[in-house]
Amino acid sequence: MDTKNIIIVGVGGQGSLLASKILGHLLLSQGFDVKVSEVHGMSQRGGSVITYVRFGDKVYSPVVDKGEADFIVSFEILETARWLGCLRAGGQIVTNTQQIDPMPVVTGAATYPENLVEKIRALGVKIDAMDCLSLARQAGSQKAVNIVLLGRLSHYFDIPESAWLESLKANVPPKFLELNQKAFELGKLAAE
Amino acid sequence: MKELMLGNKAVARGLYEAGVCFVSSYPGTPSTEITEEAVKFDEIYCEWAPNEKVAMESAFGASLAGRRAFCAQKHVGLNVAADPLFTMSYTGVNAGLVVVVADDAGMHSSQNEQDSRHYAIAAKVPMLEPSDSAEALEFTKAAYEISEQFDTPVLIKMCTRVAHSQSVVETSSRVEHEKVYEKNIAKYVMMPGNAKKRHPVVEERTKNLIAYAETTPLNRAEISSAEIGIITSSTSYQYVKEIFGDSVSVLKLGMVNPLPPELIKNFAAKVQKLYVVEELDAVIESFVKALGIAVEGEKILPRIDEFSQNLIAKAFGKNPAAGVELAENIPARPPVMCAGCPHRGLFYSLKKRKCTVLGDIGCYTLGAVPPLGAIEMTLCMGASIGATHGFNKMLGEKSEGSTVAVIGDSTFVHSGMTALANVAYNQSNSTVIILDNSITGMTGHQQNPTTGFNIKGDPAGKINLEALVKSMGINRVRVVDPYNLAECDAALKEELAAAEPSVIISRRPCALLKYVKHKPPLKVDAEKCIGCKSCMKIGCPAISMRNGKAVVDATQCVGCGVCSQLCPKKAFVAQEG
Repeated sequence: MDTKNIIIVGVGGQGSLLASKILGHLLLSQGFDVKVSEVHGMSQRGGSVITYVRFGDKVYSPVVDKGEADFIVSFEILETARWLGCLRAGGQIVTNTQQIDPMPVVTGAATYPENLVEKIRALGVKIDAMDCLSLARQAGSQKAVNIVLLGRLSHYFDIPESAWLESLKANVPPKFLELNQKAFELGKLAAE
Repeated sequence: MKELMLGNKAVARGLYEAGVCFVSSYPGTPSTEITEEAVKFDEIYCEWAPNEKVAMESAFGASLAGRRAFCAQKHVGLNVAADPLFTMSYTGVNAGLVVVVADDAGMHSSQNEQDSRHYAIAAKVPMLEPSDSAEALEFTKAAYEISEQFDTPVLIKMCTRVAHSQSVVETSSRVEHEKVYEKNIAKYVMMPGNAKKRHPVVEERTKNLIAYAETTPLNRAEISSAEIGIITSSTSYQYVKEIFGDSVSVLKLGMVNPLPPELIKNFAAKVQKLYVVEELDAVIESFVKALGIAVEGEKILPRIDEFSQNLIAKAFGKNPAAGVELAENIPARPPVMCAGCPHRGLFYSLKKRKCTVLGDIGCYTLGAVPPLGAIEMTLCMGASIGATHGFNKMLGEKSEGSTVAVIGDSTFVHSGMTALANVAYNQSNSTVIILDNSITGMTGHQQNPTTGFNIKGDPAGKINLEALVKSMGINRVRVVDPYNLAECDAALKEELAAAEPSVIISRRPCALLKYVKHKPPLKVDAEKCIGCKSCMKIGCPAISMRNGKAVVDATQCVGCGVCSQLCPKKAFVAQEG
């Protein structure tokens, strides 16, 4: 199989590292070669962050370049717009519609663009947008946005749900497993 | 067993399997996780040292004692540890000694993007360069064999994309290695008479290492085309394979110092056109050219920033796919101080007093970005105090009353202490602020000599900053709470006006520390808020303006109350429940 690419984008501290960990674990369990590339340090302090997940028969580069991503999984809609150029023709976006103002917007030096989902859709891009924060709260914790997104993403993969849940179990603390399973289901159902 | 593993964790696994007993490091992105993972193995003694030089010297002592030893640092950390490194090359080792240096091409979290291969050349020590996690594990073990076989410290060069990428590794079990310490003054006491005898040993060793480099499986030629040949290493190898697959021949170098001349000549002879693909400086390319071989690299590739597959494709005249972009101005999202960050209140006070702030390395470097924009200089670890001393010595009364050095607790112990000794000794009328947030923050919460805990979180020795500073000869020492703006302002006013050196310790634990108890989030009483934006001056990510009124993001706010001290209408109130 040719290498498939996923980028996970968001704001530092939103939980993208856990999402990439679960995805990596899942894809390895399905027999793929996998590479996951993260950024730590300065950019984690509320900055724009991107994580790359690549899988296939043999993966070389750890990063995903412009025009290469089969999926963009996004925690925040401005970040979806920022990294849009990474999507390949025919690629799919799965995004949270939450808005988090970056500092230039907070200080008034810039304005937060409006109607980003519609504008992206108008480019002919497949975008699947939802309020993951509400669904995460419904599951029991606003921190579960990452798992809601994974639930939504699972809809586009031909991998049994049992394997997704197994990876979830292997990567979240037992006391939060039920909450996360609920978040996953809420995300998945939202896609149907 | 096959598993997905971070490059840095794979190095730690390699340490475990190689029988390493001692690890001492100072944290620095992208090297930190090696030591954090190594400490999870009970067989390895691990510690955070006050700085990289001390870490390397401690590792040297452990090697001398006959136990395999290790230290890790980021590229700029090796500048600090360069002194022991260069002479350890002369003494050699007893048990294996391996040093990781993690470069940060692209400067994801660094103040420069120096190429550490120059250190291997200058110090005349071998350097290995893995290209993924499997090699990170394998090369770490190989490095110990080389270290003991050739009696030399060995450098392993990581980079951000290898250190912070996960790929598949296969693990095996640990093998113990121990040696006995024997007194050997001629080998280990580097005074001129002995060092003169050791230098020829180093030169002879390099010859032997070159012979090793010619045949080691760490370097391999993948011959599949007689047309194009590419010499490469590290992630550049991955990008080359991504673009070309098996359509070009590749000489993949796992050992980047010393380089193998015959292997390179033989490879060059098998292809019509030869290229070198290497990030940052033209180290391999210069070597190949010096062999009299025609080669291209610099001509088509940049010497700044990190590479990617598209960059390589374009350099070789290919046209990679491009994605669609919105015709929309996307505001930048630079990193910011977290909500509740104790540095914020202090930087607000500094800005309000229009101070000239010479800064240092840590989260608080973010005090340079809008709207605080308070820091005017950041150079390297500890430089805030040295630079303030020189600045005040030259400008005297013109600067003494308005210039401050700001430095974190960990950075102060790392290399600010010696600069403060200079202030106390040569008596510049300087004001130094130690931002004591009880942790090494930027690199993700590591303990340090001022926190009272060791790398495992167990109680440890604790340096008392007030007592230390006083004992160095600074008479004026005071502690302030950075959440209290009036207190910060009063302390600044008095210490800047004082006619002698002074130290202000701004003390409040990092808001992200798990043990820190927060107050409930605040909210804005919309009836009281007049939309004056006074609260926006502190650049708190939890506060924004909606319809002319301030609003607080309850998911971020930790109730620190700095904003409410700025509000003229007392519109910030605690949320119920």
